[in-house]
Amino acid sequence: MRQILTLVAQRLALGLLILFIVSIIIAFVVELLPGDTCQALMGQSATPETVQACRAELGLNRSAPLRYLDWITGMLTGDMGSSLANGRPISDLLGTRLGNTFFLAGLAAAIAVPLAITLGVAAALYRDSLFDRGVNVATLTSISFPEFFVAYILIYLLAVQAGWFPGISNVSGGDVGFGDRVYRTLLPALTLTLVVTAHMMRMTRAAIINLMASPYIEMARLKGIRRRRIIVKHALPNALSPIINVVAINLAYLIVGVVVVEVVFVYPGLGQLLVDSVSKRDMPVIQAGSMIFAAVYVLLNLTADVLSIVTNPRLLHRR
Amino acid sequence: MQAFAKAFWKAPITAKFGVLAITVYVLTAVFAPLLAPYGQFQVVGSQYLPWSAAHPLGTDNLGRDMLSRIIFGARNTVSIALIATILTFLLGTVTGFIAATLGGWADQVLSRLVDSLMAIPTLIFGLMLLTVFGTSIPVLICVIALLESTRVYRLARAVAMNIVVMDYVEAARLRGEGLWWIMTREVLPNALSPLAAEFGLRFCFVFLFISALSFLGLGIQPPTADWGSMVRENATLISFGDPTPLIPAGAIALLTVAVNFVVDWFLYHTSGLKD
Repeated sequence: MRQILTLVAQRLALGLLILFIVSIIIAFVVELLPGDTCQALMGQSATPETVQACRAELGLNRSAPLRYLDWITGMLTGDMGSSLANGRPISDLLGTRLGNTFFLAGLAAAIAVPLAITLGVAAALYRDSLFDRGVNVATLTSISFPEFFVAYILIYLLAVQAGWFPGISNVSGGDVGFGDRVYRTLLPALTLTLVVTAHMMRMTRAAIINLMASPYIEMARLKGIRRRRIIVKHALPNALSPIINVVAINLAYLIVGVVVVEVVFVYPGLGQLLVDSVSKRDMPVIQAGSMIFAAVYVLLNLTADVLSIVTNPRLLHRR
Repeated sequence: MQAFAKAFWKAPITAKFGVLAITVYVLTAVFAPLLAPYGQFQVVGSQYLPWSAAHPLGTDNLGRDMLSRIIFGARNTVSIALIATILTFLLGTVTGFIAATLGGWADQVLSRLVDSLMAIPTLIFGLMLLTVFGTSIPVLICVIALLESTRVYRLARAVAMNIVVMDYVEAARLRGEGLWWIMTREVLPNALSPLAAEFGLRFCFVFLFISALSFLGLGIQPPTADWGSMVRENATLISFGDPTPLIPAGAIALLTVAVNFVVDWFLYHTSGLKD
């Protein structure tokens, strides 16, 4: 047990270090921009005096490390500065949108994870059958599709032709109940599901098949246990560690892949905000948004690491 | 050549389909001006014309011929993706081989740098970099090469690590050969087959990445015909029940599927899994 705790603590420390480096990289990239926030803010009407005054007000005339420190403490305490485009505080802009993005990703994960694991186990169970080969080609195909292609096909088939779902996910207007919200978010969530299921399923199948050659599985087979029971009771627990790992990596991808899908469905999430801000060159919002996305991504990958350590049977039962 | 033909004959149907599709794409890209009925920037009618004999796939949001733009898109999108992939590979393999061959602090510095770059989601980092440096095609290619080369670095380093401990590399070192010689004459020839498979996969990722950026309006800029931006420009048609914008998106999907199928076949063939 102590061993696991040390390993987990090491991982957490490494994760924090990476998060710190990432924040420095993001802050540094903004430093490369010609001009600064004040010039962008004032545009054509800037005189040297007003720019100076503005810099003093925003604290831009101080050295880069100090400004970095300001920014990062601001990020941690929820004060992220204000948008260039409309002057509103960034935390207001991000608040509800972050919730929307997590709702969409959560819904997609709730569909994709059970589906992928069930399909993966089934493909391993009926290995080399027609079902297995069909699933293999289907997943290879869906990995290769761009997200927007999947999204527009779903819109075309399910929203325009069949008319079952709205083609635009409007979840911001008024108070939308939970059921209604799920209904309006279902189409983007399905898109994300199709995008991530394939990878998780292939890894599940590969992890189980990898184990099928090990001696203890052969032993179980010689004892005459049925194939289904061998896979579910004997192989699956040992394959759990790589499976959890790939699930967490795909969840991290969900948060990011969400950007394109949100734009397609005009879903009011963080990704949409980020893309809008990029076209307006609204640097403070881009910086804050990127930092949040990167933080979630790092944290989920960290969770993957920690969980795969914790679920590794070899580490759990070491005397 | 004959060996290839024989192997191809025995290949699974998916691989044959892949090779065929890739050939069609290459031919389309090379002969685009001959195949396209109109020029890629030429306005030939009013906006959003339906499918007709004169314009087999109708016209786009500015009244340009859709079919011609899709054909020119093969040339623009695929060639940019190919250049970006080649640059990605040069950067990734050279740094990866250097890290593996030199070892020690050079390896540490490069690997930690790559780790931190990989910790930032590519699309988000790409959006940031393109906002800062502007969206011209050379910048686009460099940004993609920088971001994607981290993945190639990982693979190249891992493969080379297993090779540099071999006796013949040791012998080359004792002969006093330089770093460049060891990398190109000793390591590279033995790392070719995993790298070739990775090239195919990486091309798919780069291609999808460029398409996503173009779709978001940050990749290949108008008026250049490009599949990702064509989907974006004409997406409104879909809500009116016209599936035309699905064609450029499908063109992207089909090429990535084809490359994936060929890579799958190649991996199967070189890994000796022929039972």
